[in-house]
Amino acid sequence: MAADESYPDDLRYHAGHDWARVEDDVATVGITWYAQDALGEIVHYEPPEEGASLAKDESYGEVESVKAVSEVIAPLSGEVLAVNAKVVAEPETVNEDPYGDGWLVRIRLSDPAEVDALLDVDAYRKLLEEQ
Amino acid sequence: MKLVFERSRPGRRAGSLPRYGLPKADVPAELRRRTPPRLPEISEPELVRHFTALADRTFGVDTGFYPLGSCTMKHNPRVNERVVSLPGFRDLHPLQDEEGAQGALELMWRLQEILAEVCGLDAVSLQPAAGSQGELTGLMLMRAYFADRGEAEQRRVVITADTAHGTNPASVAMSGYELRKVETDDRGNLDLDDLRAKVDERTAGLMLTNPSTLGLFDEHIEEVAAIFHDAGALLYYDGANLNAVCGISRPGDMGFDIVHVNLHKTFSQPHGGGGPGGGPVVVREPLEPFLPVPAVVRDGDAFGLDYDRPKSIGKVRGFTGPFGVFVRSYAYIRSYGPGLREMSEVAVLNANYLLAKLRDVYDLPFDRLCMHEFVLSARNLKREHGITALDVAKRLMDHGFHPPTIYFPLIVPEALMIEPTETEPKETLDAFAAALRAIAKEAARDPQVVKGAPHHRPVRRLDEVKAAKRAVVKYGFDEHPDLSRTPSEGEALEAQKGA
Repeated sequence: MAADESYPDDLRYHAGHDWARVEDDVATVGITWYAQDALGEIVHYEPPEEGASLAKDESYGEVESVKAVSEVIAPLSGEVLAVNAKVVAEPETVNEDPYGDGWLVRIRLSDPAEVDALLDVDAYRKLLEEQ
Repeated sequence: MKLVFERSRPGRRAGSLPRYGLPKADVPAELRRRTPPRLPEISEPELVRHFTALADRTFGVDTGFYPLGSCTMKHNPRVNERVVSLPGFRDLHPLQDEEGAQGALELMWRLQEILAEVCGLDAVSLQPAAGSQGELTGLMLMRAYFADRGEAEQRRVVITADTAHGTNPASVAMSGYELRKVETDDRGNLDLDDLRAKVDERTAGLMLTNPSTLGLFDEHIEEVAAIFHDAGALLYYDGANLNAVCGISRPGDMGFDIVHVNLHKTFSQPHGGGGPGGGPVVVREPLEPFLPVPAVVRDGDAFGLDYDRPKSIGKVRGFTGPFGVFVRSYAYIRSYGPGLREMSEVAVLNANYLLAKLRDVYDLPFDRLCMHEFVLSARNLKREHGITALDVAKRLMDHGFHPPTIYFPLIVPEALMIEPTETEPKETLDAFAAALRAIAKEAARDPQVVKGAPHHRPVRRLDEVKAAKRAVVKYGFDEHPDLSRTPSEGEALEAQKGA
């Protein structure tokens, strides 16, 4: 069942429709409700390898729906600590719970100052209105 | 309807082979199959009905309007089929010596000359069998060219547009290059500032469709070419949209160095079911030494195959390429003669006519005159009534039309990409516009009808997610005991004799 539209205010957002939940120097990362809605039901998630380096604004993996294969953009730079195996096995989890069970990777930040450049929920909502 | 395996009954046959007088081939025992293949057993009338029923459910350009954007589903003139079935073409063996194949070689040579002229470039290889193979060949030529100049290690990056056909980034990855994407500006052109920031001495080249997949001609194409040439890089033209510009503007004049032509799109070939396609590659003179072998060459009145090209990237396909495709496209081009320009002019006119009839009911993300195709967005219907591009496409099927390309290019949400081609009369365009307008109205009045479409086709809305995740691509013998039974040794022998 697809989730209802929401944008939690404790998250930081990237203009590529990605979110990050930052706790000290670790961030959990996923795609926003808007992104999963635009893609439709996700049928495949191609994750990075654990230990891989993510560069801010660069692609780190792919999500595929019936409509398209889309790259997922890293909102922050860092090293992959964990890949969400549940999403690999059941990609539709992203549609059902984009900010909870549908997270994509967990990373250790290489440059925590990058967080300051991400959008807060108000700025992200404003960006959506312009879409 | 039933699958052919479900119509199968043991012992039925649709034909019988003539007796043969040849000695039995000496096949080693370990290479012989122990049981006959599991083929459907069916009588001829049942077989004919099965395939006729399948054909009845098929929708093609011979059945109705097929405005599948970027695919150029134009009418295939029947004169092409007449010419390709001339015995001299049809019965020619690929290993026929050159002396006995002069007519075929001359046709290929003339086709090469025409493609060089249409593209405004110098040399051609007819070998690649599809657009995607043309792309890969083009990038291999790019790499061979830079390797020859000692720049292969330095130039590692190929740039594509964010509107590019999916094959472009795929070809870049296949050929071992790094991919960088350049953004589209708010008029639908390449963003020049973004481009300048991304082109440097590491750049091998650009892959671009012009007009783009938005159906828009890049207004700064000469400036784009200068940015790449100034950096020592090359420009590759994806010929998917060549139907818009034949005889009007030429990729070579725009500054492109390598072009692939989709013979099956621009120069008419029945396609859409997997082939046959043709993706010749056309290049500027400095790239000619690297083209695949053999090249078709002319020496006075004689035509031949030239393998003596030491710098060639080698063969990319068996023999000289998809010959039947060459004959049809050559017949097509010669039917037009000097009037080929009219083909593109009418393709552009038809697209603009249709766009003018639809622009007030669907969103138009880039408000410009279009080329041979245009991209609308159903985001207004989605926002106001929850009706998506997919719903609109499915409802169009109820009106008797093939849906347009949807959800592409990716930068346009709820995209509907429409390419009418030059072979449709005004009445068809009017009927199609009326259908799309009716669907937009219906979306407001009765959205559940649109969401439930199609209602009047042999099958209803398919579960695309399930099809993607759990594709069933072979017959389930295990679930059908009658057919999964392995024949006994005796039956197997009997069956082989029967064959």
